[in-house]
Amino acid sequence: MKDMNAADITGEYREAVLTFHSGSSRKVFYTEIESPMPDGRLIVSRTDLNGNITHANAPFVDMSGYTRGELIGAPHCILRHPDMPAAGFQDLWNTLKQKKKWHGYVKNLRKDGGFYWVYATVIPNIRNGEVSGYTSVRRRPSKTKVKEAEALYRTLE
Amino acid sequence: MSYTFTVSPDFNPDLISGWFFFNTWLQKNLNEPIHLELYNDFKSQRQAIENDEIDLIYANPFDASSLVREKGFIPIACPDNASDEAIIALNIDSEISNVDELQPGLRISKTDDPDVNMVCSLMLEPANLDTQNTTSSTRATYVLVAKDLITNNADVGFFLADTYLKLSEITRQKLKTLVCSDIHDIHHLLLAGPKISHKRDEILENLLTMAEHEKGLGVLKSLGFTKWKAVEQEDTEFMIDLMETLES
Repeated sequence: MKDMNAADITGEYREAVLTFHSGSSRKVFYTEIESPMPDGRLIVSRTDLNGNITHANAPFVDMSGYTRGELIGAPHCILRHPDMPAAGFQDLWNTLKQKKKWHGYVKNLRKDGGFYWVYATVIPNIRNGEVSGYTSVRRRPSKTKVKEAEALYRTLE
Repeated sequence: MSYTFTVSPDFNPDLISGWFFFNTWLQKNLNEPIHLELYNDFKSQRQAIENDEIDLIYANPFDASSLVREKGFIPIACPDNASDEAIIALNIDSEISNVDELQPGLRISKTDDPDVNMVCSLMLEPANLDTQNTTSSTRATYVLVAKDLITNNADVGFFLADTYLKLSEITRQKLKTLVCSDIHDIHHLLLAGPKISHKRDEILENLLTMAEHEKGLGVLKSLGFTKWKAVEQEDTEFMIDLMETLES
């Protein structure tokens, strides 16, 4: 996956190199600027079996800061924030492989280096008994739940 | 053989005549007898579905899940450029201006519209509100939900956005929107049951060309639609996956 472009970043930023489940890595730039999810907004996306995005609704496009063209075909980990512990995503993949629904609080990285917190639900799309991809819905979490998640994730880094 | 057609009970009451016009138009174009049966509530409609009394249905996304996966219905079409969104509304004089200000003990007025209730419940989550720390009353219609808000018998009301926006001017003036969902990907759709599924392509062809004929266009207008678009099995499976994802 392409590294983030420093020219896209708004405000002061730090950098990190993330290594993903697939073994690939990406240099990311991130800021302390939060773009909270507006009330009522639900982000919907679908991916194929490899985690590449095949569907993005308008709220997803808006919140991510990417264009729809940039999102479609990109791996979902394009949203991965360096503050998210790898253990959380390992749990996600382990749960989905068992054809079960996964829930979790996730800090997502925007194209401009900012972030937004979501409560994410992911389910495997089962067709004729086989998993054909994944559907994810992300919605605005409560502030108290975000604080709890932040505290927990710091212990998992 | 006569077929039975029904419409999800959450339709706007102003559109009753539109659905009768549509049923007449469909009968004429298919040259088949079709009876339109409208139910007052979801419970009685579900009972009819359970008894295999329904052949054609304009269903809400929530019910579409069980119709497709458990009853063997297949998708035909949905209105173009339409999506089901939900609104949480308040009395116009309420001092609440965002979801975070809502407190435990909240009194909710709602109908038995399953997808609206699900989406509105999700929109209360940022305030840490759920069935454990709220109370709710279920009303037969959205007009009665609005009345609960106006008379201060409820703090918030759950509405299908389309229906809320079509409440009378006098009613709307006494209410305000707290939050409206922004999902885009869920919508009502027309489904064919096993007895009429062999006519799916014929029905679809008629629907897709409906706007090209004067009579068809008039019927579309009476339903508040501009045109229909085809819905394939995978489109429906996606929406069902989405509803399943929201049910959490």
